[in-house]
Amino acid sequence: MPDISLIVALALMVIKVFIVTTILFVLPLPLTYVERKVAGHIQVRLGPWRVGPHGLLQPFADMIKLILKEDIVPDKADKFLFKLAPLMAMLPAFVVYAAIPFGDKWTIPFIDREVTLYIADMNVGILYVLAISGLGIYGLIFGGWSSNSKYALIGGLRSSAQMISYEIAVSFSAIGVVLLSRSLSLLEIVKSQGGNLLHWNFFYLPVGPVWFAIFLIGSLAEINRVPFDLPEDEGTLGAGFHTEYSGMRFAFFMLAEYLALVTVSVMSVVLFFGGWNAPFNVPFVPPILWFLGKVILFIYFFMWVRFTLPRYRYDQLMTIGWKILIPVSLVNLIITGLMKI
Amino acid sequence: MLLSYLPVLIMIGAASFMAMMALFMSFLFNPRNHYREKLTPWECGMEPHGEANKGHFRIHFFIIAILFIVFDVETLFLFPWAVILSDKGLSVFLFAEVLVFIIILAIGLIYAWVKGALEWV
Repeated sequence: MPDISLIVALALMVIKVFIVTTILFVLPLPLTYVERKVAGHIQVRLGPWRVGPHGLLQPFADMIKLILKEDIVPDKADKFLFKLAPLMAMLPAFVVYAAIPFGDKWTIPFIDREVTLYIADMNVGILYVLAISGLGIYGLIFGGWSSNSKYALIGGLRSSAQMISYEIAVSFSAIGVVLLSRSLSLLEIVKSQGGNLLHWNFFYLPVGPVWFAIFLIGSLAEINRVPFDLPEDEGTLGAGFHTEYSGMRFAFFMLAEYLALVTVSVMSVVLFFGGWNAPFNVPFVPPILWFLGKVILFIYFFMWVRFTLPRYRYDQLMTIGWKILIPVSLVNLIITGLMKI
Repeated sequence: MLLSYLPVLIMIGAASFMAMMALFMSFLFNPRNHYREKLTPWECGMEPHGEANKGHFRIHFFIIAILFIVFDVETLFLFPWAVILSDKGLSVFLFAEVLVFIIILAIGLIYAWVKGALEWV
C-alpha cells in the first residue's frame, strides 16, 4: 500500500504541470496582441483595430488563420529533421518552467491545504535553466539546415553562432548571481533577496547593475530579439531559419520565441529583482502579484526596446559578444569575488 | 532528489501532446494543393540553384564553436567555486586559486583576439 501523502503530492504535481503548460500554450495569444499594440502606439499608429473592439479578437483570427494554412514541406528537404525542428525549438521553452519559482507557499482557501507555487525545487535550478534554454538552439539549426534553402541555412548558422557567443556572457552573469546569493537553487536565490528593495541582487553595488546589464544584453541576443535579431534579418535573409515553414509548424517557432521572451523576463526578475519579494512593506498585496507585475514590466521593456532600436551588423554583434561582454564579465567576476571574501 | 526531475518528463509529455493536437487540428482543416514550384526552396523567385545543405559554410562559424566549447566549459568550473567562496575558512585561498584560473582564461581570450579569431570581416 503506497503512502497516501505521496500520491497526493504526485497528483498535485501533475495538476501544476498541466496548469503551467496550458497557460504557456495560450500565452502567445495575448502577447502578440500586446506586442502589436505597443508597436502601433510607439509608431503613432492604432495597431490592430478591425477585428473586435480595439482589435481584441485579432489573436484568435490569427490562430484560426494559422490552423487553416497549408503545411508545406519542400521537396528537397530532409523530411524527418524538418518536421522535428519546430518541436525541438518549442519543447525546451516549456520545460524551463519546471524549475521556475513563481511564489513560495500558498494556502488554498476553504480546503486549507498548503501548496507550493513552484513545480520542482531543483538544487541546481540555475544550471538547469541555462542548459535547457540552450537546447532550443537545436530546433533553429535543424530547421535551417533541413530546409535545404540558402536563406534558411544562413539564418540557422547565424543564430547558432550568435547564441553560443552570448551564452558565455549569460553564464558568467549567472555565476555572479550565485556568488551574491550563495546557492544554485532558484528558490534559495529568491529567498536570499528577501527584505526590501536594497537586498535585491540588482542593488548590490557596484557589481549588481553590471551583472544585470551583461545578463540583459546577453539574453536579448540569445532570444534573437532586436537589436540582435540578425537571424531573422528581413532585408537580407527572407525570414531566416524558418523561411520554408508554414502553418502550424511556423506557429511553433513563433510560440518558442514568445516563450523565450517570457522566460528571459522571468529570469531577470528571479535573479536580479527579488522574485516575488515586495520592494517595500506593503500590506494586502499577495507575493504572486508582485512577481507577475515585475514580469509584465520586463515584457513591456523588451517590446519597447524592439520598436526603439535599430539592428546591429553581424560583425558588430560578434564584437559586442566576444570583445566587450566577456572581458567585462571577467573583470566583474574578480571584483565580485573580492567583495565576497 | 530524483523526484524533483519527474515533472520535467511530465511537462515534455504534456507539451508534446498539445503540440500534436495543434498539428492534428491543422491536418484536419488545411488545404493540400502541392505542385512542383511550391515545393522548391524559396530563392527570391529565381530557380533554386544547387544544394544548400552540402556543407558550404564559412569556416569562421566553426572557429566560434570551438572557442565556445573552451570558454563555456571553463565557466562551468566556476559554478561550484561561486557557491562555496564566502562560507569557508579558506576563502582567500579559494579566491587566489580562481584568480590564477581566470588569468589563464584571459590569456586564452587575448591569444584568440591577437590571432584574429574574433574578427568577423
